[in-house]
Amino acid sequence: MTSVRFGNKLTPMSKLSAMLTTDRISGTALALFALGVIWESRRLPLGTFRVPGPAYMPVLLALLLLIFGVLIALTGGRAERLASIRWTEWPHAVAILYICIFSTLALERLGYRLTILFGLVFLVKGVEKKGWLLTVLFALALSFGSFYLFYTLLRVPLPLGPWGI
Amino acid sequence: MLETLQNLYLGFSVALSPAAFLYAVVGCVIGTIVGVLPGIGPLAGISLLLPASFGMDATSAIILLAGIYYGAMYGGSTTSILMRIPGEAASVMTCIDGYEMTRKGRAGPALAIAAVGSYIAGTVSVVGLMLLAPPLAAFALRFGPPEYTALLLLGLLVLAYMTGGSISKSLAMAALGLLLGMIGIDPMTGFFRFHYGIVELGDGIGVVPVAVGLFGLSEILLTAGQETPPKVMQPRLADLLPSREEWRDSTWPIARGTVLGFLIGIIPGSAHIIASFVSYAVERRVSKHPERFGQGAIEGVAGPESANNSATSGAFVPMLALGVPSGPIPAVMLAALMVHGISPGPLLIQQQPELFWGFIASMYIGNVVLLILNLPLVGLFVNILRVPYPLLYPAILVFCVLGVYAVNSSVVDVWIMIVMGALGYLLRKFDFETAPIVLGVVLAPMLEMSFRQSLAMSSGNYAIFIHRPIAVFMLGAGLFLVLLSLLPIFTRRVNWRRLLGLATNSDLEKEDNR
Repeated sequence: MTSVRFGNKLTPMSKLSAMLTTDRISGTALALFALGVIWESRRLPLGTFRVPGPAYMPVLLALLLLIFGVLIALTGGRAERLASIRWTEWPHAVAILYICIFSTLALERLGYRLTILFGLVFLVKGVEKKGWLLTVLFALALSFGSFYLFYTLLRVPLPLGPWGI
Repeated sequence: MLETLQNLYLGFSVALSPAAFLYAVVGCVIGTIVGVLPGIGPLAGISLLLPASFGMDATSAIILLAGIYYGAMYGGSTTSILMRIPGEAASVMTCIDGYEMTRKGRAGPALAIAAVGSYIAGTVSVVGLMLLAPPLAAFALRFGPPEYTALLLLGLLVLAYMTGGSISKSLAMAALGLLLGMIGIDPMTGFFRFHYGIVELGDGIGVVPVAVGLFGLSEILLTAGQETPPKVMQPRLADLLPSREEWRDSTWPIARGTVLGFLIGIIPGSAHIIASFVSYAVERRVSKHPERFGQGAIEGVAGPESANNSATSGAFVPMLALGVPSGPIPAVMLAALMVHGISPGPLLIQQQPELFWGFIASMYIGNVVLLILNLPLVGLFVNILRVPYPLLYPAILVFCVLGVYAVNSSVVDVWIMIVMGALGYLLRKFDFETAPIVLGVVLAPMLEMSFRQSLAMSSGNYAIFIHRPIAVFMLGAGLFLVLLSLLPIFTRRVNWRRLLGLATNSDLEKEDNR
């Protein structure tokens, strides 16, 4: 990893980049999440030390998480730098998450078979750039085949869409 | 002893019935496929098949799911040895020397030793399970809420200590899992915690969406955009026989791996993963030629493969005897038993002898089936890897969505899976272990309930945890582990985690620089 230097001095940006390690970022994120849980727990009765209420355990655990988060952040100076993590797979990851979200929204509206069919067509044709024939055959076989296996043979309840498809 | 043999006879009469035998074979075949396929581990495999087991009786369901678990341990070695891709996490160590053996033209003996070692370890550890679970269950009848609180705390501390990598990170993940387990209705007061208007969260977050998200979906997110896997090699049956020297070199690693794996399996954590790491470290340490490790040493295949299979049986001991899961996989299986109205715990063996002993007998049968599947039929399973990954991962994704939805017929569970998948992706990018989260989610309700019941019993006096001998012993053991892990910070003396091969590279660098 190279850093931008003027003479012998690091620029503010490269100093910041050197400071941003994976452990510092993740430790801070965990600590902030713990603080968020403690804030949210204020709506519930905490109880007392001897008679714990419904918020007692969450607050106790959030405090533990806060301590560990701070510990990770404080001792994370020598961890891997954030800039050195490779994110080459992110376009695929985003597309897959998009498909998962679509499936969740469509599952009980379009039914299992149509949702999976459309999702697979998008993934195999749109993301993986396979041919139309392979895409359609694969999507039809998997969506209708898995439905037959689980719904018909194994009697697992799966949602039906319009016209009972 | 005679009583044990009589019980085992009862077990074989159950396990050899056509239906139970069929489920054992089907479980082993699915498990082997799950193990062979990169991106879908035993946890995701069991979670996906969980809804399909609802229509079966409890004995058949547990036989099927257990078959998937130990079948995956067998299958995982195939891709590790032939392609240097671990089919599941416990096979990571097998990649190192297994693939080197493949490069030297010894893929066949590596596969054969992995299968034979797995068979011996699997069978011997079932004997351990058979002999240890009933007395442990009898002992556990003395357990009350304080003992369960201490046991669960000890479990989480052992998990943090034994998981590879930073202890503070593991404990942070366990705390995060326990926090997620707090969502839902508080059973003691009826308050609805952290629901944000979502009624489905009343029963809390299910272990299946969390497990499939953190293990299945996150693996797909990490691997889908990567390049095509390397060429698949297909060994011939005639090449499988190891030489006399290879048999001799593998004998003790198999024996040590079996004992180590079983003992590690009993204590909580991702037993099968940790067992293989520890076994590899031990074999390298006791070897007269440690420099051979990494260059194709057969001991580096025999030890870890035996250990991860042995650990699967060990993991069933606390699950069946105490009703406490020792890891995420037993937790899902525990959930499967509960769906069938069976509460695992100290009384299970007395009240459900057919289930317990049928399950034990099915494991003996399953190990024979797996030996047959994994030696002559190895070429058949390798063919699955010829399916291009751009088609394989969408299929796995479909099964993730299907499996998670089918458990409760709830899209909220699918949302939870997506959130957990994205979280698991980021956590793994940042070098965090995700297994403690799953265990935390499972243990949180038990821990909170036993903790508050203990205080109710003692009118709020915390001394109840030190006045009860079993509880104080377990809390003492947990404290000892914490102190042991802190020791290297204050002294240059022995680092036990380093000796066990559990420290991270950065830990080792820090220590070396000190």
